[in-house]
Amino acid sequence: MEQLKEIWRTFRHRPMGMVGALMLFSVVFVAILAPWLAPYDPKERIDVEPGDLLAPPDAEHLLGRDDAGKDVLSQLMYGARVSLTVGFVASFMSVFIGTTVGLVAGYFGGRIGNALMRLVDFLLVIPDLPLMLVFITMWGRGLWKIILVIGLLGWTSTARLVRSQVLSIKERQFILRARAIGAGRLRIITRHIFPQVLPLILADAVLSISGAIIAESSLSFLGLGDPMLISWGMMLNFAFERAISRMAWWFLLPPGLAIVWVSVGLIMIGNTLEEIVNPRLKTHHLFDPRHMGALVTGMPPEAEAEVAAQ
Amino acid sequence: MQRSDYLIRKVFFALATLVVVIVFNFFLFRILPGDPIKAIVRSPRLTRAARERLRVDFGLDKPVFFDGERLRQGDVAGALDSQFTAYVRALLHGNLGISFRSRRDVAEVLAERVWRTVVLVAGAETLALVFGMALGLASAWRRGTRLETTILLWALFSWGLPNFFLGIILLILARGHLPVGGMVVPGLKPEAGWTYWADVGRHLILPTITMAIVYTSSYVLIMRSSVVEVLSEDYILTAKAKGLSTFQILRDHALKNAMLPMVTMVALNLGYTVGGAIQVETVFSWPGIGRLMYDAVMKRDYPVLQGTFLLLAVSVIAANLLADILYSVLDPRVKAQ
Repeated sequence: MEQLKEIWRTFRHRPMGMVGALMLFSVVFVAILAPWLAPYDPKERIDVEPGDLLAPPDAEHLLGRDDAGKDVLSQLMYGARVSLTVGFVASFMSVFIGTTVGLVAGYFGGRIGNALMRLVDFLLVIPDLPLMLVFITMWGRGLWKIILVIGLLGWTSTARLVRSQVLSIKERQFILRARAIGAGRLRIITRHIFPQVLPLILADAVLSISGAIIAESSLSFLGLGDPMLISWGMMLNFAFERAISRMAWWFLLPPGLAIVWVSVGLIMIGNTLEEIVNPRLKTHHLFDPRHMGALVTGMPPEAEAEVAAQ
Repeated sequence: MQRSDYLIRKVFFALATLVVVIVFNFFLFRILPGDPIKAIVRSPRLTRAARERLRVDFGLDKPVFFDGERLRQGDVAGALDSQFTAYVRALLHGNLGISFRSRRDVAEVLAERVWRTVVLVAGAETLALVFGMALGLASAWRRGTRLETTILLWALFSWGLPNFFLGIILLILARGHLPVGGMVVPGLKPEAGWTYWADVGRHLILPTITMAIVYTSSYVLIMRSSVVEVLSEDYILTAKAKGLSTFQILRDHALKNAMLPMVTMVALNLGYTVGGAIQVETVFSWPGIGRLMYDAVMKRDYPVLQGTFLLLAVSVIAANLLADILYSVLDPRVKAQ
């Protein structure tokens, strides 16, 4: 807790981080208050006239109307809920799995550790998006399925990062002392090692939210979003399928810019956090699409594993 | 560790991964709800006997993996006469099944389309690498200038930019100037020779640029960080003292040391490039493997979906193996000891 306060004290003075935080909170604010802020209810049945379809922005519809005559701004506001829900829940899942795997693989090493890292290597060479497409197509569309697929496939980077940290922490004096006075493994991991990696996990989690949001929008854009919900990716899918020939930029641009807005905000927060938490990281997560620890050490993952094994 | 050991281990891992992918691919498409025979023959008049015959014809009467009963009797060959071995045997013969929709041979469709995606991805990766290295080198060399800040801000921005959205923006901007969809102008045939290929090239411009822009940023950042690191080393000072020019130093030291992380990056990006190809080909209706996968998803064409996934996974596995081999050539630490 004290540690987190400390981080916040530094974070407050970083303009990049604070701008990112503002960008994120603006979206969180809109998402929570969507029913009150949105001028119209996207689920409401409306009567439309031919002129209303893809009508350009005016005073009543600030971002115009979509191909069914519905208000784009309202959909955009409700869409924030879907993106943030998927982002936060899927990222929590993947960070939780990744941290557990990383702690176990790093602390115990040996056969279990090796087996876990081989699983990580395996998941790393399987292309994510095609696999997600296959899963959702076979399994059916739905919000929870999307969250599960993103969460279950996205943990490898966290696992590598946590493992590489644990490998160095477990040899430090205070851990050896704790072991010497007979502290159990579980206690050492949860009480001594975990708090040490927590700040880095926090930075990783923030970055993985943006990854999850982009993944959700890609799936929705490819027509695999939850049919019951309006998400930014799905708006783009509709706009692309039906509005591009009419050049309805008011329908095409807002959802895409919203995705960019929230993910850039998250990346700014994540990178600032990383710089604070680990100033020695010359290469931080921004350099790696899977934001993982391999490049942190400057060694290929294999070489890193070999050094660790010796 | 010997280099040959390293390579053997890498090849073994690639093969193991391949096996898991094949088993996974087989299994995933087998848990589909519903009777596959009904999915193929959509006729209510199909009699029970005819259905049974089809089941036998398609080998669906056989056990999924192996027959435990026959295995216990010592009949290994008979026990392994299963749907899975039939699937593997078909794979080895290059048989990926028949499309539910077009009724065409999936392997044939893939073979027809694969070069289109290869050209797109290779072009985009090359552009991204060239620009990424140039911009990365420039920003590391001109540290603390406005140039560096601009490059970094742009890289940050493009990080959060989904490539299908970038594609849509470019499509809007380029409309009227460049072809924005398809592979050739309708009606133009390959017999037209140069005119045909020039038109294909024009259709390639937008999708290639879209993919290249998205992947450039990662190369810029990795290049910049490794060059910055190298430039702070003492031997750079020595090189300067020896009278080497800045250009020579950048070429001989900075560039050489940046190659290793670049190879890692290219390998890591491969899976992403494949995913990006699905999005970009969908936006620009480029008839490659990515667009094929999108269409298969939309039409629930399972054999095509299965085939494309297998092809994409195998290419990424193979490319990763290639990167590992390249690594062993570039990195002396792999050879030493």
